Amino acid sequence: MEIGYYPGCALHGSSADYEMSVRACLGALGVSLRELDDWICCGATAAHCLNHKLAVALPARNLALAERDGLKDLLAPCPMCSMELLKADRAMARDPALRRKMAEIVELPIAGKTRVCNLIQVLYEVGLQRIAEQAQVRLETFKPACYYGCLLTRPADVLRFDDAEQPRSMENLLTALGAQPVDWNYRTECCGAGMTMANETTVLELSHKILSNAAAHGANCLVVACPMCHVNLDMKQADIERRFGMAHGMMVYYLSDLVGLALGLDQATLGINRHFVVRK
Amino acid sequence: MTMPLDLSTSLVESLAHTRLRDCYQCGKCSAGCPAAERMDLLPNQLIRLVQLGRVEKALRAEAIWECVSCMTCTSRCPKAVDCAGVLDALRQLAAQHGLVPASQHRTLVFQQAFLDNIRRNGRLAELELVGHFKTKAFLGDLNLPLLMKDAFLAPKLLKRGKLHLLPGKVKDRAVVERIFQRCQEPTNGVP
Repeated sequence: MEIGYYPGCALHGSSADYEMSVRACLGALGVSLRELDDWICCGATAAHCLNHKLAVALPARNLALAERDGLKDLLAPCPMCSMELLKADRAMARDPALRRKMAEIVELPIAGKTRVCNLIQVLYEVGLQRIAEQAQVRLETFKPACYYGCLLTRPADVLRFDDAEQPRSMENLLTALGAQPVDWNYRTECCGAGMTMANETTVLELSHKILSNAAAHGANCLVVACPMCHVNLDMKQADIERRFGMAHGMMVYYLSDLVGLALGLDQATLGINRHFVVRK
Repeated sequence: MTMPLDLSTSLVESLAHTRLRDCYQCGKCSAGCPAAERMDLLPNQLIRLVQLGRVEKALRAEAIWECVSCMTCTSRCPKAVDCAGVLDALRQLAAQHGLVPASQHRTLVFQQAFLDNIRRNGRLAELELVGHFKTKAFLGDLNLPLLMKDAFLAPKLLKRGKLHLLPGKVKDRAVVERIFQRCQEPTNGVP
């Protein structure tokens, strides 16, 4: 199976380990990724904060490129990117005048034929049963706290994925692979997202609560499907520990890391050795 | 002196594409907001101000820059008001009219540096963004510890393959520039 792939800026930058992990994991499952040619940034928080027109136009250009290249499915492993793409798609679907205006702005027609999906959706399309059958390692030692954060499920009417308050898709997948996900409270609370540079205090406080709650419920690792969540919980973990005077030592995996390990891939192939917090 | 501002409830509604007049002040948005404890005015209070036409007071609030855009308010609103969208509209207007409180300039500077970066490169060049943001923020608040912070992060990122000194650029950067020009908002008094 070949699907379109929108990496987004993070996966080609500070979250290069996430791209390694996604490519390796999906590759082992027979899913190859065709990168969208000459994709541009989705605009992220900066665009929707400062320029609502640009916040539609930047994702719209990418949707138009996908259509031009005949990509029906477009995987955006970053939930910020996938949410912005879906939001622009829905705004144009609701407003034909906006669709015409955007086609002029981005210099390409946009019919609205692209289906944007996240990593979890692609794994479910492969099928839980097939992944479990292909697995070579049972994830029995893993007690993950599955962390969805914000934009995998919110806003619910744009994303239309899982349950915005009580999502279970990651737990169900990892349970099928032998892991023992824990029940905990912060599964859909925000880690501070893209405020890491601009408002670090908020990020450290919110992420500290997430790490603490996961540990209090017996988790021995966190699992995320978002590059920003990973930056805040993994890369900033040492800063969090300094600020709050306590050690978390919590491994933070991408979902594709754990699925990849179950499929028999090694840590280096999945980029796990590139994380900041590593198992001692 | 500056012209009186033409800021109305309808203007915010049209920017946010939502009927904020539907809000009946249940407070669910504020109850679930992870940034509420850092806000001078709560999300439902900001909406109330806009309902009453006191838009300028909402635009001057620190709260709109403390928002982390997590979409919890929007997802939970029983009246389907896009509260996060309203805060986006308020941020855009506050930036356009130069009403951002000094204590929140770092956040504004970051978002502007991010957009400038995409405009130049088509995609985010992270190292360049950090450099521009830190320089501009420092010139604004002369906070040396914040300028120097993370200086030792670069080698750690490089070692992990997470930092690209020459990031990939978009081939058709001219079209990106044209898209930005066509989306340019009228500005007055941008700091």
